[in-house]
Amino acid sequence: MIEHKIGGEMLKVENISLSFGIMKVLDDISFDIKRGEIRSIIGPNGAGKSSMLNVINGFYHPQQGSITFKGETRKQMAPHVAASHGIARTFQNIALFKGMSTLDNIMTGRNLKMKTNLFWQALHIGPARTEELENREAAERIIDFLDIQAIRKKPVGKLPYGLQKRVELGRALAAEPELLLLDEPMAGMNSEEKEDMCRFVLDVNSEFGTTIALIEHDMAVVMDLSDRVLVLDYGKQLADGLPDEVRNNQTVIDAYLGIPHEQD
Amino acid sequence: MEHDTALDTFPKLLHSHVKLRPDQDAIREKALGIWQSWSWAEAATEIRALACGLASLGLKRSEKLAIIGDNRPRLYWSMTAAQALGAVPVPLYQDAVADEMAYVLDNADVKIALVEDQEQVDKMLEIRDRCPKLEHIIFDDTRGLRHYEQDFLHDYEKIQQLGVEFDHDQPDFYDQEVAAGSADETSIMLYTSGTTGHPKGVMLSNNNVIITARNGIIREGLTSQEEVLAYLPMAWVGDNLFSYAQSYVAGFCVSCPEDATTVASDLREIGPTYYFAPPRVYENMLTQVMIRMEDAAKIKRDIFSYFMEHARKVGVKILNRESVSLKDSLLYKLGNILVYGPLKDVLGLRRTRLAYTAGEAIGPEIFDFYRSLGINIKQLYGQTECMVFICVQPDGEVFADTVGTPAIDVEIKIDDNGEIMYRSPGVFQSYYKNPESTASTKTEDGWVHTGDAGFFDDKNGHLKIIDRAKDVGKLNDGTLFAPKYIENKLKFFSFIKEAVVYGNERDFSTAFINIDLDAVGNWAERRNMAYSGYIDLAGQDEIYQLIKDCIDKVNQDLSQDSRLGNSQIRRFLILHKELDADDGELTRTRKVRRNFVGDRYDILVDALYSDRNQCHVETQVTFEDGRTGMLEADINIWDAAIYPVSAVTQDAAA
Repeated sequence: MIEHKIGGEMLKVENISLSFGIMKVLDDISFDIKRGEIRSIIGPNGAGKSSMLNVINGFYHPQQGSITFKGETRKQMAPHVAASHGIARTFQNIALFKGMSTLDNIMTGRNLKMKTNLFWQALHIGPARTEELENREAAERIIDFLDIQAIRKKPVGKLPYGLQKRVELGRALAAEPELLLLDEPMAGMNSEEKEDMCRFVLDVNSEFGTTIALIEHDMAVVMDLSDRVLVLDYGKQLADGLPDEVRNNQTVIDAYLGIPHEQD
Repeated sequence: MEHDTALDTFPKLLHSHVKLRPDQDAIREKALGIWQSWSWAEAATEIRALACGLASLGLKRSEKLAIIGDNRPRLYWSMTAAQALGAVPVPLYQDAVADEMAYVLDNADVKIALVEDQEQVDKMLEIRDRCPKLEHIIFDDTRGLRHYEQDFLHDYEKIQQLGVEFDHDQPDFYDQEVAAGSADETSIMLYTSGTTGHPKGVMLSNNNVIITARNGIIREGLTSQEEVLAYLPMAWVGDNLFSYAQSYVAGFCVSCPEDATTVASDLREIGPTYYFAPPRVYENMLTQVMIRMEDAAKIKRDIFSYFMEHARKVGVKILNRESVSLKDSLLYKLGNILVYGPLKDVLGLRRTRLAYTAGEAIGPEIFDFYRSLGINIKQLYGQTECMVFICVQPDGEVFADTVGTPAIDVEIKIDDNGEIMYRSPGVFQSYYKNPESTASTKTEDGWVHTGDAGFFDDKNGHLKIIDRAKDVGKLNDGTLFAPKYIENKLKFFSFIKEAVVYGNERDFSTAFINIDLDAVGNWAERRNMAYSGYIDLAGQDEIYQLIKDCIDKVNQDLSQDSRLGNSQIRRFLILHKELDADDGELTRTRKVRRNFVGDRYDILVDALYSDRNQCHVETQVTFEDGRTGMLEADINIWDAAIYPVSAVTQDAAA
């Protein structure tokens, strides 16, 4: 059912290496993400998963390698450029404006869609007003989509963790991304919240056709959701393939069961 | 408001509103954060298109359309659309699991199911092979259904488009079908849950529904300007009456909440003038208020408790239009500005002229809380089998322990065994495909067995429900013995956790009491009484005296009633152990199994009916880890005070 909607290559990562001082975080990583797929990145703690996402959305600048996004190859990309090209993300540690309401947080995700200048916005007349109404409607559609009507006006800081995660997803969706990067969207959730979140990830993918790159620890979730899985361990690429292939890959099993690593 | 025989079906009522008030709002729904409304004329257009669409799918007279989902305008319209074709809408409880739905869909011979969303579609797909008569499924919300390709699945809007084309080709079809509708046709079929066996489909005719709705409107003086929030399950008869039938008869607007989780804030935004809620909703609201007051600043708390105290004193009297002193009246007005008004506003009940509750007993203190704020909350007594109304409390005559006087056109009689029976224009046609149940519930001349026992109160002529009829017995002298009624009275005291009352076919009533360890323990500690545990505390004379005082009060209360007066509790004991579901003494839902307890402690029951003042008992108990042990105790038996039974008096109880 999911297979038929996957299109051509959207993002290609080639020979990426990233170091912080002598710490090699990513070592010669190459993979691609196809349009419309759900692509998971898994690996033990410290494997370099979040760093990989940070490289993709331009937050980290790799020393080697290149990234091709929608046909344009570049060595590095500033985060705001990545965002304006249709990449949005959520964070491992929730990064919302705690004192602002759910609605306002989601509205901030519309920032790049706002075209009028500060002058019009401050006066709240003419084009700024129309624009705000359009953006409000877009935000409301997301609220409806994520079933968070009841917390629309609540300050985000007072919400339970699972709901904050959902609001964060909402803010990322507000940018109408083509590629959505989700950094452990289900961490710290109970099984019911996880199930809801899985539903939303699948719905985002099928309703909006959004391509999703996902970091997740819960293997059951990964195997259920993903079209393809990339496995990292200590900055190295261990495996890449369909969920079943990865599941049965001996190196992956060893990494997860904690076979000692040879010292480099 | 005379019963207009030309307006004997819902589609006909709809068209009368299109003529009378085409631009007035008929229904509202909050979507994307904004209240969207449809006027009567717009609603009629939607309904016409849907009805024609259903016709093009092949829905015919007397065939069934299942409706499953939260309260949504489109789902309410689908009721009228089905009725326009002479088909019968069958709303189902939207949170029922697929298996439960399978029975109803199959039993009701449902041909088309109109459901809200993917969740319901999935349930339908799961049970489809068990319901061979189900031909089509229509869904309202397309989300998540993009990749469903079954040809029997249809988008609501597509069906409406089909309907518009159908209407274009056969422009007279819809009007002819509406004109063919009649008063005696089945208007709706509602399944009653039924405590035993399968649910039964209650078939109600157009006359049943429309006349009952109209009588309710006349009795309470409702108008086309009411505001109602439709938030209770569509499958429940009350929702069908309050949010559908009465809206169509009176012409008032109904609002659908945005989501099940936003009902409280939607309620506040709409500010209904006419409101129904089961007791637990009122309870929850009160709890929320109290919790929030705990967190408020001291000065606010003090103002709140001062004025609430005043409201308790005079609020109910003012609501009942009784005279109060000028000072009290002025103070109440001040309270209204400072406390009652803002509080009602937060609850969403500021504009509420009429609030109903029903279903189960509501605690007197909860009832009085709302009434003292000036909210006219009243109890009603009703059943699906008569489109709700049997009894309603009249304005100004509201008592916590009665359900009021018969509704308009309702006759009530009490059967020899104490069972309440009624006859009314609302009495259902029959249970669908179930002549046996129909025959055992409804007599040939139209009287319906309620299964409830009760009587008309001597003091005020109101109906009082005491128990399920099958649980009511008689003392040897013929006095009505309603154990649950007495037990509930006992349990209103915080010191009494459980009570088991005996007396059927005996000379007098007796009771086993379980004290509430928290409440009684706290009471004992404040008096510096030493005790080692439940069994020790339960045996002390001070505690016996405490419980005796409670029982005396219940006896005094019972003595006010000529029918129940002789069932005052003559002797009682406090059990040496707490009744426990692990020992089979309670059900898992914590209901006392009276007969089991009676058999298990038969020597105690015998002792209560002897002249002994003490009884030795040994009981096997099951501990939480499954081990068993023996519990031994000497249990005291005390006599309670007996009050002379009053003859029929008109004095109000103290």
